[in-house]
Amino acid sequence: MTTRLRVLDDGAWISVNDSREVRVSELWRLDAPDLCECALADLVVENFQSVGVDGSTVEARVYGQCIACGATGTTGWVPIGRVRGGEFAGLDRSAVRRVRR
Amino acid sequence: MPTDVENWKSEVYGNDIRDRLFEFAEEGYDSIPDDERDAWFERFKWWGLYHQRNGQEGYFMMRIGTPNGVLEPGQLRTVGEIADEYARGPGVNPIFGDAYADFTTRQSIQLHWIELSDVPAIFEKLEANGLSTQQACGDSWRNIVGNPVAGKDGQEVIDAWPVIRELNETFKGNDDHANLPRKWKVSVTGSADGSGQGDINDLAFEPAYKAVEGGGDGGDSDGDGDESGDVVGFNVRVGGGLSRNEPRLARDIDVWVPPERVPDVAGGLSALFRDYGDREDRYNARVKFLVDEWGADEVRETLQAEYVDFELETAGRDVREEYTYNTGEGERNDLIGVHDQKDGRNFVGLNVLVGRMGASDVLDLADLAEEYGSGEVRLSQRQNVIVTDVPDAALDDFLDEPLLDHYSPDPSPFMRGSVACTGTEFCSLSIVETKNRQVRFARWLKANVDLPDDVDEFHIHLSGCTASCAQPQIADVSLRGMKTRKDGDPVEALDVGLGGGLGENPQFARWVTQRVPADEVPGAIANLVESFAGERDEGESFRAFVARHDDDELDAFVDPEETDYEDPMMHNTKRTWYPYAENDSMEDAPPTPADD
Repeated sequence: MTTRLRVLDDGAWISVNDSREVRVSELWRLDAPDLCECALADLVVENFQSVGVDGSTVEARVYGQCIACGATGTTGWVPIGRVRGGEFAGLDRSAVRRVRR
Repeated sequence: MPTDVENWKSEVYGNDIRDRLFEFAEEGYDSIPDDERDAWFERFKWWGLYHQRNGQEGYFMMRIGTPNGVLEPGQLRTVGEIADEYARGPGVNPIFGDAYADFTTRQSIQLHWIELSDVPAIFEKLEANGLSTQQACGDSWRNIVGNPVAGKDGQEVIDAWPVIRELNETFKGNDDHANLPRKWKVSVTGSADGSGQGDINDLAFEPAYKAVEGGGDGGDSDGDGDESGDVVGFNVRVGGGLSRNEPRLARDIDVWVPPERVPDVAGGLSALFRDYGDREDRYNARVKFLVDEWGADEVRETLQAEYVDFELETAGRDVREEYTYNTGEGERNDLIGVHDQKDGRNFVGLNVLVGRMGASDVLDLADLAEEYGSGEVRLSQRQNVIVTDVPDAALDDFLDEPLLDHYSPDPSPFMRGSVACTGTEFCSLSIVETKNRQVRFARWLKANVDLPDDVDEFHIHLSGCTASCAQPQIADVSLRGMKTRKDGDPVEALDVGLGGGLGENPQFARWVTQRVPADEVPGAIANLVESFAGERDEGESFRAFVARHDDDELDAFVDPEETDYEDPMMHNTKRTWYPYAENDSMEDAPPTPADD
């Protein structure tokens, strides 16, 4: 089954199968050593740069800022949810996300 | 690989969108197939329609492009009537009510809660009155900006209004320029005050004198020459813009152009952008990045070699040293107040706090413009309105009108200097609530903070995100939406920048303090102003004060602090369907209009 993934509205949304699913302006906990030196980055999601899929995991590259240290930049691929049976289930907002380089 | 947007544009774009738009309007919002909505919403932008954010399905923001901010007699009334009849939705704003018009930083007008089924009737009324939404958004020529009082301004070097009208007529609906890699923002200014803000546009024409073969009339009063006999025309700059944390000042490409050649050069540069701009990465698509890559010389060389069939003149003698608009220094930082027109009448700039005006006030202002002026109204890039053509004999009575108690020609500096973008009320990109917050900020600052007696302007711009629609980088105090944690909980916050402004030597704000919880921002500004008042040199402007301090010193001046200011929007307003609704959760979102 094909999954349609899109970045919409100039980076404001990730759309999965024509449904806006993941928005900017959330705070994500990230294990992202390439972004900053914090043990866990506390990232304000400001803009989605691209979206892809790895197996059933939907991933995005995100521009944002760690509010713990102030570092800004674009992450590697960050999991944002899974697609099973054509249905998307987003990661819980409190989940710690590990960046795939 | 082309982006989704480029693929959608390659299928249908430009003028061709209109027929389908009207079919959808006729058949109802639900007639847009689910798997085509994203594509059509992207295309509708070309006709000035943005689908509002999640939770507001089926409602659109409509942008009306008013070239140079000029609303000819009768047109403001048309806008007010449309706002009153069509711009009402399920969300009621606690400050502005349920029908209003927003005047934007690009001299356009935005209406909200527009239903698709009403679009044909609105277009018919707009177009019958000489107004249009065409290319107000989307990847093409946007609304052309400039000095809003072009043709009337006593400080004018050359009347740019005929040039702007010609550009508008040439490039709106022009299939050759309808599908660009990204938006294309053009400024044409003929005044010596810099109020066209060309430095922050993709393409800027600024007044300049040039000694050319044939010469000018020299020293005459109709604006086509000066005492030296030089001809007045425009210098050309390319590649300015503020968005995406990548602000750029437009680069001087060493070209002077006479007024009659402006369409050729503008069209050449638009075509250059069309052909060489990046269509594979929308974040890299704006022409400012192409200028970064090529340099100004290569832009000029390519324009000359491939896009114009005459020899380009080198840049002329500009008047940038006279620029005052948005400089933070000297006179006429804005166009508020009573000013002389060159025909002996007056234009009166009125403060519209954060650019939003209720529909009934829009209609009342249209009445006043007809009663005291010619009926014409113009819009500035500081979200304010200007009533033109007021004779001296009518001036006092006009200034005594009760409506001007609210839209003042002599407001508090904190009201006068407030600019805000749309924010999370309607915008998908914004990180924080903005317009109502800036109103609360301005009111609190007016009541609690005293500027030095000789400081009568203080610009505070609040933008909800890095898209920078409120032009935060060119304000005295720049506020940009962010998040932080307060007592462990996520809250809306603002980054604080200082000392931005335009002028002969424009300067972007320096972001000195990050992630201030929104409820501590008024206290931070109060402390900053107190430090400024106490430590400034005599007569020193705020911008100069900022310039002589380093970032750490400025950060210490900002000093965030809780005060009696209360902010009701500290939570994540993006997770609401409408931040001011009593029941604001997404589950309480209204049905789409088609489901009523």
